[in-house]
Amino acid sequence: MALEIMEGSIAIAQAVRRCRPKVVAAYPITPQTHIVESLAEIVANDELDADYITVESEFSALSACVGAVASGARAYSATTSQGLALMFEVCFNMAGMRLPIVMTIANRAMGAPLSIWNDQQDSISLRDAGWLQFYAENNQEAVDLHYIGYRVAEDHRVLLPVMVCFDGFILSHTYEPVDMLGQEEVDDYLPPFVPKYRLDAAAPVSMGMYATPDYYLEFRYENDLAQKRAIDVVREAGQEFGERFGRDYSALIESYRMEDAETAIVAMGSICGTTKDAIDEMRSEGKKVGLVRIRCFRPFPAEDLRAALGHVSRIAVLDKNVSLGAGGTTARGAVGLEVRDALYGSSIPVLDYIIALGGRDVRIDDIKDVVAACEAGDGDRFFGLRTEVL
Amino acid sequence: MALNVGCTAPPGRARENRTGSWRVFLPRFDHEACSKCGMCQLICPEGCISETADREFVPDYDYCKGCGLCAEECPKHAITMVQEEK
Amino acid sequence: MAIDKGCELFDCGHRACGGCGASLAARLLLKAAGPETIVVSSTGCMEVFSTPYPETAWKVPWIHSLFENAAAVASGIEAALKIQGRKEKVVVIAGDGATFDIGMLCISGAFERGHDITYICYDNEAYMNTGIQRSGATPYDASTTTSPAGKVSTGNRRPKKDMPRILAAHGAPYVATASVAYPADFMQKVEKAINTPGPSYVQVHAPCCTGWGFDGSKTIAIGKLAIETGLWVNYEMVDGEVTKVKRVVRKPVEEYLQEQKRFRHLFKPVTLTAEIAKIQAIADANAARYGIDIKLPPRSGAEAA
Repeated sequence: MALEIMEGSIAIAQAVRRCRPKVVAAYPITPQTHIVESLAEIVANDELDADYITVESEFSALSACVGAVASGARAYSATTSQGLALMFEVCFNMAGMRLPIVMTIANRAMGAPLSIWNDQQDSISLRDAGWLQFYAENNQEAVDLHYIGYRVAEDHRVLLPVMVCFDGFILSHTYEPVDMLGQEEVDDYLPPFVPKYRLDAAAPVSMGMYATPDYYLEFRYENDLAQKRAIDVVREAGQEFGERFGRDYSALIESYRMEDAETAIVAMGSICGTTKDAIDEMRSEGKKVGLVRIRCFRPFPAEDLRAALGHVSRIAVLDKNVSLGAGGTTARGAVGLEVRDALYGSSIPVLDYIIALGGRDVRIDDIKDVVAACEAGDGDRFFGLRTEVL
Repeated sequence: MALNVGCTAPPGRARENRTGSWRVFLPRFDHEACSKCGMCQLICPEGCISETADREFVPDYDYCKGCGLCAEECPKHAITMVQEEK
Repeated sequence: MAIDKGCELFDCGHRACGGCGASLAARLLLKAAGPETIVVSSTGCMEVFSTPYPETAWKVPWIHSLFENAAAVASGIEAALKIQGRKEKVVVIAGDGATFDIGMLCISGAFERGHDITYICYDNEAYMNTGIQRSGATPYDASTTTSPAGKVSTGNRRPKKDMPRILAAHGAPYVATASVAYPADFMQKVEKAINTPGPSYVQVHAPCCTGWGFDGSKTIAIGKLAIETGLWVNYEMVDGEVTKVKRVVRKPVEEYLQEQKRFRHLFKPVTLTAEIAKIQAIADANAARYGIDIKLPPRSGAEAA
């Protein structure tokens, strides 16, 4: 294993190169730009045999990928925030057409107000679009999830698009040591794309037909079944990755110091790094705190969460998104809502903290404050509000 | 029958829908008057008029909707629309 | 490539109205394009009448994604075929709403990038699939469900957007207009478009009996009248220059307008002479711009009289 210090976006571009997409279609948007600039350079230098389409919008970026994947070519795109919102319609379409792809999301807040900084509102807002959603804690994981992503997406038991989400700027623009696999290693792990159907004059097929009420419900049911089947496919692909390369991604969630935890924090993405440091400090102070990190948000690992959280006294969910208007007079984020749903029927209190929106920094002390608030039963609210400006 | 993944289908299935049942007027072809120009076949929006080995143009009444375009455009007035009998 | 008149790649059993101009356009398009063609459809009448699952009328590879993204999907297909070393031709067929209005962004991008695609717009001059609403292709004074004639309205207030010239301005090497009323001409233009490298555009007039209000048996007659009055001009543009125009002995526009319910308010309860004159002026401007008029030699008898 050879570690290289690389910027997150460059590492992603290098991973994508190793996945050998035949078509790349992307539109620049902060903080995704370094990925697509780097890929353009890779293609320009003939280090990847791909057609790079410089589309005029994110909407066309993903639409071009629909055409490419339907033609049997592996495709790639990357976006964030407003760009992802512009792709909204295509996202549903691609999943419904069962066209596999991996798209990187450099997570960023949604306007208004305009913000180029990080939270996870963008991809969270597409949780019902039918895509698998992975959230990376660090750049190594973000890189590896691209290999795993294509494996899972293109598996005929799944045939669904995948978003690999990593926090904009916090990861995308940060230099971290990363182990980049060799091309042969990736080729062994990730076979060429074999489509279930493709546009081909030798064997014509009609794709993207419309469904009458006699069929629509069944197609949606099958989409959901594919998500369910993806749970095992993710496990298999993650396990094989671990066996080959020493980093095991077989679990859809990661438990950190949860053995005897009384307070559990649930979170996704890079905030989990800070949270782990906070937990280490709290543990040394005698507090029994642990973390359950959700790596795979879609399909949602409800059973795994129940097993991991069943023994705790309280749960603090760190939500880097907000479901505006949810929760009556209290506040909720999507992760909090789903954790509550997973634990339905248990008496464990789940308290939600809307945190770190629009790039607000979260420090170790903030995590400690969340835990203290949770112990006091004070939650389901925005955390870290600057009341002096209100 | 299992659903095709992603709402796809192989060609040929449209023929299961016999649009001839829509017909109110039926085109009757006078092969004596026909000059074999092929206009009716070219402009039929259904593509349901074919040329037989004897070079006669005949509609497939399973699919002919009876729109009357062939009768209207036939330069020899060799096609007449008659009330469908059902 | 010779046009095979016997080749039927658009199958019977589709659910278009009897006498539908768009379904005729689809049939003729495939006759001209042949089996080595991948078709991309936008959402619209044609997509709906030809592909209710599982009854597809398309015997070539066909894909529909969304209303407004056919040109972008075609870009991706073309890129994939190129990198896979495949030879199929990519042809978009989309309605005027999908082309002139909602899909403008994607078309502009695809044409600017220069993909080797052929884009066919079947122009029936309104949003027919949703119930005959006005589009950027609806002609002046046509009454639609969103531009209805009324006490203070004579129908659609704007002339058609000049889409062919917009695309020619993108540098498209081949742009043409055609009509289902002239099937052989349309097929030749499709063939030419497909065989021209780069993005080509063919806008085919596809009279809609349901939306325009005429009997389905008159689809071709109406299409011919549009051309004979100068309200539709069939022409070809190569590298931005008009190279060929269908010339006619022009008829007054009333002959076209009177045949369609969408223009009925111009004649009933009273004839709106001033409005008809404005439409005649549009035809006159077309005639002057494209030089479509065939000047008949004056009859000697008439001169004597």
